[in-house]
Amino acid sequence: MVAAAIALGPYPLSARDLLAFLMAKATGAASLLPPPAETVILQIRLPRVLAATAVGAGLAASGAAYQSLFRNPLVSPDILGVSAGAAFGAVVGIFLSLPVLAIEAASFAGGLAAVIIVYGIAVAIQGRDAVLVLVLAGVVIGALFGAGVGLLKYLADPYNQLPAITFWLLGSLAAINPRDLTSLLPAVAIGLVPLALLRWRIDVMTLGDEEATALGLDTRMLRIVVIAAATLMTSAAVAASGIIGWVGLVVPHLARLTVGPSFTRLLPISVLFGACYLLAVDTVARTLGTVELPLGVLTAALGTPVFLWLLAFGRRPAWS
Amino acid sequence: MVVSAPRLTVEDLSYGYPGHVVGHRISFTVGAGEVLCVLGRNGEGKSTLFKTILGLLPPRAGTLRVDGEPTVGWNPRRRALTFGYVPQNGGGTFPFTVAELVLMGRTAHRGPFAAPSAADRAAADEAIATLGIGHLAAREWVRVSGGERQLALVARALAQEPRILVLDEPTASLDFGNQVRVLDAVRSLAQTRALSVLLSTHHPEQAFACADRVAVLAGGELLRIGAPAEVVTAETLRACYSVEVAVLPVADDRYRVCVPRSYLS
Repeated sequence: MVAAAIALGPYPLSARDLLAFLMAKATGAASLLPPPAETVILQIRLPRVLAATAVGAGLAASGAAYQSLFRNPLVSPDILGVSAGAAFGAVVGIFLSLPVLAIEAASFAGGLAAVIIVYGIAVAIQGRDAVLVLVLAGVVIGALFGAGVGLLKYLADPYNQLPAITFWLLGSLAAINPRDLTSLLPAVAIGLVPLALLRWRIDVMTLGDEEATALGLDTRMLRIVVIAAATLMTSAAVAASGIIGWVGLVVPHLARLTVGPSFTRLLPISVLFGACYLLAVDTVARTLGTVELPLGVLTAALGTPVFLWLLAFGRRPAWS
Repeated sequence: MVVSAPRLTVEDLSYGYPGHVVGHRISFTVGAGEVLCVLGRNGEGKSTLFKTILGLLPPRAGTLRVDGEPTVGWNPRRRALTFGYVPQNGGGTFPFTVAELVLMGRTAHRGPFAAPSAADRAAADEAIATLGIGHLAAREWVRVSGGERQLALVARALAQEPRILVLDEPTASLDFGNQVRVLDAVRSLAQTRALSVLLSTHHPEQAFACADRVAVLAGGELLRIGAPAEVVTAETLRACYSVEVAVLPVADDRYRVCVPRSYLS
């Protein structure tokens, strides 16, 4: 699948070309490929394919973790406002005509800041259901950042900035370069580690705070670790690719319908499905027409029928 | 003669929520292998009392001891190794299998990153066998009946290997047969494993079926505590529930039934 995604595109590469490229890299011999082909592989296709898999995996893993943590299959990674915060950060960057790297940094910082504010509010409001306060705070802070995005879109220069903002908000991997990968890949890898290690405890968290505590868990600590891991992955994904909806919501749900709710199976299957799904969608996005389609539009267009089909015909109860 | 400390000691305990104390200065003990049945009308705070004993709510005043040792400052893990809890409407809403759910009872027995060991699985299997629900092990939790869920939650608490078992209205919303099954299981566990059991119920008769002693909560205070025959009386039930009840012996007074007087006239 990765090979197919690398091969497809405006500069077509054959299977033999890819094999020759791999052989050359493996043996250290001089490549027989024409230099443009090698540039396409190394500088454009490979980074983009890696980014698609990493973003898909990261969003799906975050979504799976949040759905277990908040005991709700309709939760997505942006429930605590990370996407809205990241969008606000990026839009501020675009509005101020900052360089691309600064826009990505602002987006990452915005996503982190939103979740920190939300968590701070939840800690400050004591004596109520901690999970409920967290989710409600996430909704209102997300709405506030959303309003900020709206204001900046209204104020933005309609000829240069507004199209850039709109394209970014719809999500795209078109601007990925090898340098982006140096922050995206480690962030996703680091975020996955605690989720994988804590998989058994994350299962217990689906029972709710009181029951999980009665079974011996320090629920507050566990919640902080899971939120931190998911926020790191989501912020890095959004900073690299803009807002790509649906993957974090639908993919973990599909994974649960396939292998059940146990996080030991749910996490790897979500990562696999998420990576494959976004890779496939991104490949379609850049090969379907002469103009590249926004990724967020395609994930929704493909995700909706698949989701509805599984809802109607899936064997396992998704939720009760 | 050495008099050992009671398994659970509740001393001058006040419980409730910030700004709203539900129960005042309640004291009682539960011995090893003893079943204490807690009665009280709706909203009397039976669940709140249990959650305070379990450490899920901080006590407003007073002390709790297990085998003489105060539980204040215990972490959730230590509490889970001491108390097994069967909540009302527990088990969550994700479609885990019954076996997976029972295995979650072993959480406190292993490290934060550890997968369940062979010993954990053996303990879970044994708990499932003890409750006689082996045929449900591979079924999805959300697809079994209410009574089977309750038995699975008791199995989970048993897999925890606690010293004290706390059951919050374990027979609520169960059919008659399942009520009998759950209470029989509780009584035999207390006897065979020297488990101390605290359970609440809305059926005073159940005290005769499974309890060594009965505690009656009324008006945020401990109205009475003692053997079922002494406590479950017409006067106590009138004071507790504001209904006139006849408590009638059956089968040579091996059991008593509680019948509202209005049904007899």
